Amino acid sequence: MLELKNLSFSVDDGGSQKEILHDLNLSVDNGKFVVITGPNGSGKSTLARIIMGIEKPTKGQILFDGQDITELGITERAKRGISFAFQQPVRFKGIRVIDLLRLASGKQLGISEACDYLSEVGLCARDYIDREVNSSLSGGELKRIEIATLLARQTKLSVFDEPEAGIDLWSFQNLIRIFENMRREIKDSSIIIISHQERILNIADEIILLANGTIKQTGAADEVLPSLIGTTAAVDACEKLK
Amino acid sequence: MIDLNIDSIGQKILAEVADLHEIPSGAYNFRVNSQLAGRHTTDNIDIMTKDGLPGIDIFIKPGTKNESVHIPVVVSASGIKETVYNDFFIGDDCDVVIVAGCGIDNCGEHDAQHDGVHRFYIGKNSHIKYVEKHYGSGDGSGKRILNPVTEVYMEENSFMEMEMEQIKGVDSTERSTIAELKEGAKLAVKERLMTHGVQSAKSEYMVTLNGSGSTADVVSRSVARDSSSQTFNARITGNAPCSGHTECDSIIMDNGKILAIPSLEANDVDAMLFHEAAIGKIAGDQLIKLMSLGLTEAEAEEQIISGFLR
Repeated sequence: MLELKNLSFSVDDGGSQKEILHDLNLSVDNGKFVVITGPNGSGKSTLARIIMGIEKPTKGQILFDGQDITELGITERAKRGISFAFQQPVRFKGIRVIDLLRLASGKQLGISEACDYLSEVGLCARDYIDREVNSSLSGGELKRIEIATLLARQTKLSVFDEPEAGIDLWSFQNLIRIFENMRREIKDSSIIIISHQERILNIADEIILLANGTIKQTGAADEVLPSLIGTTAAVDACEKLK
Repeated sequence: MIDLNIDSIGQKILAEVADLHEIPSGAYNFRVNSQLAGRHTTDNIDIMTKDGLPGIDIFIKPGTKNESVHIPVVVSASGIKETVYNDFFIGDDCDVVIVAGCGIDNCGEHDAQHDGVHRFYIGKNSHIKYVEKHYGSGDGSGKRILNPVTEVYMEENSFMEMEMEQIKGVDSTERSTIAELKEGAKLAVKERLMTHGVQSAKSEYMVTLNGSGSTADVVSRSVARDSSSQTFNARITGNAPCSGHTECDSIIMDNGKILAIPSLEANDVDAMLFHEAAIGKIAGDQLIKLMSLGLTEAEAEEQIISGFLR
């Protein structure tokens, strides 16, 4: 279970402090699939990065399974069971897909297991396993490999920062299917997705609407979603992919 | 274990520079502290000591296929300074792997230096894979110095693959590689270099494409750590309808210094030549990504570097 208590985050904006997140309180229970939405600039990605430890909050507390992890770095949080999928996956010269999956799983992953993860994200393992995670891969391929690394990690909490950003419509259809599978097999782990895609919001247990750095609304998908349709917090795929 | 008169330090060096843990099956010539430590020839590959100059001549008969030649050099005595000339005469239609490499273990206060001059005369249609690793160890104050000179003369439709690697322990190196290619010949060079401490490394390539349809691809990846410095200078000259590409990609760390000078010269309207060079530190996002998989910052850095130098 993840709890954020009175969380604030400010950045230096030409000498003055600009507040990105203001006194945020939220909790994500085990077994929940939560989507955080909101207009551009509402602080969604910052929140995701704070959960992973990439950014440090200015004020407040982060508890994970009851333990205060506010002061812990990225590595320590990863070891405790938090994983993070980048909005723009990182490229590496010389590191192959199999290497990344092995690092993610923390063991000498066998080829067939690695293939299972790649198949799960719709990639033909034989074509990809020895490819370098470099600029020869398309945005959609990188995104799916990024998701496969999270599948290989099998952590208690997975955070996805705008998984639909920068992918084509065909990949988007697959992405929805992947999240539907994850939703079904969630067990006692939990998933947080930063997204304003209506189809991702549709499969959420809970939706959290962020605006101007504060939580405007939170609740079950069928309660929150109707009020979001037609706003920038819930766009359909085609509009987003124009 | 190698059953020659080579001590444990020499055996460790052989494992590092030539992946040798036992006597190789093909032709070989082991040079240890300026002395011949073992030689074997085959029906197709002959090795002879040079007359009047230190070094060997290697003769590979036309049509020799699927054979190998190992010519490792070990320097484990402080104060040795030598220049050795090795010439390879390779007949037409061969397919042979040549493994060279030099390791210096210097525990003394005097510099130890090995300058290997390798010349390859490659016959028509022959395919040569040449692997050269350089390695240094020992905690003496004497420097470990390696200055290899490689010259490659390629006949029609021959193919030379070169893998050169120097990852650890060599204090100073000046590497010079010259290649001349005739019609249809193909050269592919993969260089991997890492420098530490106050080491310096200089690598220079002069590739001349003289024949129609000849191609060259010279790719170097390097990492400069601590206060080390590197210079990479690759020049490809096209004198005929040909294609050439050179790439220098470097990671700079700490107080390292890197100078990359790729250059091209076209003397034929149908010469197609390209160069690329990039120098940069490890990207913050790369570290964050690997740390988010549970690696420490130092572990993430090592993974990025070892992948880069693969």
